[in-house]
Amino acid sequence: MTSKIYQKNATIIDNFRINGGYYKLILATPEIADRIIPGQFVHIRINDKTDPLLRRPFSVHRVIKNKGKFNKGQIEILYGIVGRGTEILSKVSPKKKLDILGPLGNGFKIGSEYSTHILIAGGMGVAPLMFLAERLSKAKAKNPKQKIVVLIGAQTKRKIFCEKEFKKLGCDIRISTDDGSNGFKGRVTSQLTQILPLFKNQASMIYACGPEAMHRALALIARQNNIRAQISLETYMACGFGVCMGCTTNTSGGYKLVCKDGPVFDANDIVWPQN
Amino acid sequence: MNTAISLGTLRLKNPVLVASGTFGYAEEFKNLIKVERLGALVTKTITLCPRQGNLPPRIAETPSGMLNSIGLENKGLDNFIKEKLPHLKKLDTPIVVSIAGESLNEYAELAKKLSLKGISALELNLSCPNIKAAKIKNQRGTLISQDASATYKVIKAVRRSTKKTIIAKLTPNVGDISLIARAAEDAGADSISLVNTFLAMSIDIKSKKPKLANITGGLSGPAIKPIALRMVWEVARAVKIPVVGCGGIMTASDAIEFIIAGARAVQIGTANFVNPKAATDIILGIKDYMRINKITNINKLIGSLKV
Repeated sequence: MTSKIYQKNATIIDNFRINGGYYKLILATPEIADRIIPGQFVHIRINDKTDPLLRRPFSVHRVIKNKGKFNKGQIEILYGIVGRGTEILSKVSPKKKLDILGPLGNGFKIGSEYSTHILIAGGMGVAPLMFLAERLSKAKAKNPKQKIVVLIGAQTKRKIFCEKEFKKLGCDIRISTDDGSNGFKGRVTSQLTQILPLFKNQASMIYACGPEAMHRALALIARQNNIRAQISLETYMACGFGVCMGCTTNTSGGYKLVCKDGPVFDANDIVWPQN
Repeated sequence: MNTAISLGTLRLKNPVLVASGTFGYAEEFKNLIKVERLGALVTKTITLCPRQGNLPPRIAETPSGMLNSIGLENKGLDNFIKEKLPHLKKLDTPIVVSIAGESLNEYAELAKKLSLKGISALELNLSCPNIKAAKIKNQRGTLISQDASATYKVIKAVRRSTKKTIIAKLTPNVGDISLIARAAEDAGADSISLVNTFLAMSIDIKSKKPKLANITGGLSGPAIKPIALRMVWEVARAVKIPVVGCGGIMTASDAIEFIIAGARAVQIGTANFVNPKAATDIILGIKDYMRINKITNINKLIGSLKV
């Protein structure tokens, strides 16, 4: 099924540096803000030049819904400078417009039948999970027995984001850093293994976004513990809407497109490349 | 203002087509643009049997361009006829089906089985850099349209199998493109489209690995436009059949350059990935140019290069 995709010139409300060398981009785009779900992404044309040529995909960090004439829907994007595209983007000033396509792809499936939701963020992977936590906490308001646990892993303290925001939503939050400067010292997946016994007798669902190594480790842990895990993959893309066939990933059901069949997949379905 | 042109028996309301492999089977574009505004659309290449395509990574960005090595991933002829064609037929724009075979017989069989109502023309993909012509001519690593006699044989075989308009899409990875174009014309092609992508590569210097799993791939986008334009100009002078120009067209002025160089029509490819509205914007831009320059018939613009 192809659902409606919008191509819009979205006004930049703000685009600013936060800590850890990361940035926040806020765009006014009511059609997309009203429809996008956690884990879906938008495809942004950084400028109107031919270099860099391709759009850049970004997951949505938060959504401010459309509330009429003076309160237009907005989306918030959390990004880091990973290459030339994001470097150019970081210098674009507010009030300018960006050509944006979205909502794209398939987002996280919220398992309302699960009592414990475990969110696992590696580095920038926290970006789509904030949006997911907001939706989960709304579901939790109706069903207070539900628990939202958030594990955030990063290289160092400075690169931990959204701790306060997750707390505000009533999430049980655990931090891990590679250098031990905050919370558990080690990988976020090691911390997961450590705390999993706490949720042994509860129906749990894992939602994760992070680097490939984290996804691989997580897929294994999920399988060993018989827990379902959804992971949001990241890859190079050209079109972003299922036409160019460029962003293929291998799954147990054959090649799938990250842009259209994903970016969220069941961790169990992914066939990881051999290194 | 008259923007209509013809390719073989095919009449197009304007000279702008979307290139094979950049528009899927139109489904995704239907909710982004008015597909019926296009002169015609060329489908992603169909092969007789399903193809899984190449290992990822399959694409890499380059300065003003991109590399791809998709490897003709498609679900095969039967699936196309059953699943895709019924939707395509409903569109009020001519459908050109792109085909590629692994042998002469496969090309002929595809052409015969696609001689269906609702299909306006066949484009022969003779130039995908990722499929070997080995089975057609006992050579390794060459493409059909790198070889004039292989090009001739394939088109001749297709000509015998169908009455549909045949467009032969050529690779630019040759020394003398006119030679190949003439072979295509002699074999009975109604039109020639060029260029497909340029064989190219890119390396990640950190890992020392090629950016594509296939090592090499096809370069497309604005980076190739001047070379494509030169080749279209050469071919337009070498053959009498109409030429469809393609290669890095992003804007109406790019398209107009190709038409002035002698292309009767143009194909928009990589631009569709960057801006889904590229092709329809280009149609409007060509009309604006004609209005401003008081050109009442597009045919007056074709090959109007002043040298």
